[in-house]
Amino acid sequence: MNRQQRIHAALTSSFAPVRLFVIDESHHHAGHQPDMTGEGETHFRVRIESDAFAGKSRIERHRAVNAVLAGEFDKGLHALAVEAAGTGEATRW
Amino acid sequence: MTAINEFIDNEVKSNDVVLFMKGTPQFPQCGFSGQVVQILDYLGVPYKGINVLADDDLRQGIKDYSSWPTIPQLYVKGEFVGGCDIIREMFQASELQQHLQEKGVPVKAA
Repeated sequence: MNRQQRIHAALTSSFAPVRLFVIDESHHHAGHQPDMTGEGETHFRVRIESDAFAGKSRIERHRAVNAVLAGEFDKGLHALAVEAAGTGEATRW
Repeated sequence: MTAINEFIDNEVKSNDVVLFMKGTPQFPQCGFSGQVVQILDYLGVPYKGINVLADDDLRQGIKDYSSWPTIPQLYVKGEFVGGCDIIREMFQASELQQHLQEKGVPVKAA
């Protein structure tokens, strides 16, 4: 499994999301640091809608996602944009 | 408390608004840090930018300080408010302006 697939699997099993998009944005950041070629699965965006986020603050939602993906941060995940919504909340995606 | 933790703690408690970022407010070296700079500048908020790229201990230390794995990180009156996504969402919902004003920080474009 590549990182995108691992992130998808980890979030699916932790949050049982109604909707989940794991978007690899690494190519937007090519050259941003010397070792970033844009092919390294370094920058991701997660869009996730789940009952698990209902009634939680933005910081709590991010912390919950970050905690599930802590292992990926340890293994070279560099940036993670998070758009987390409770089920049925308005989103732009 | 380690030396770096003490340094961070002192910075966030002795400055009303502190942004830990990559690069400086004049020359952000990361798009996410740059977005938060743009928002703070737009709001005319006085803040202190601290470049974590200047010091590896600081770069790791700030992640440990708030148990938050990414940079930028914005602090208002000693309290962690969020990273790039949260600050942008709060700004778009006018919640950032409200939060700053509630904390007694002047905002130009409320």
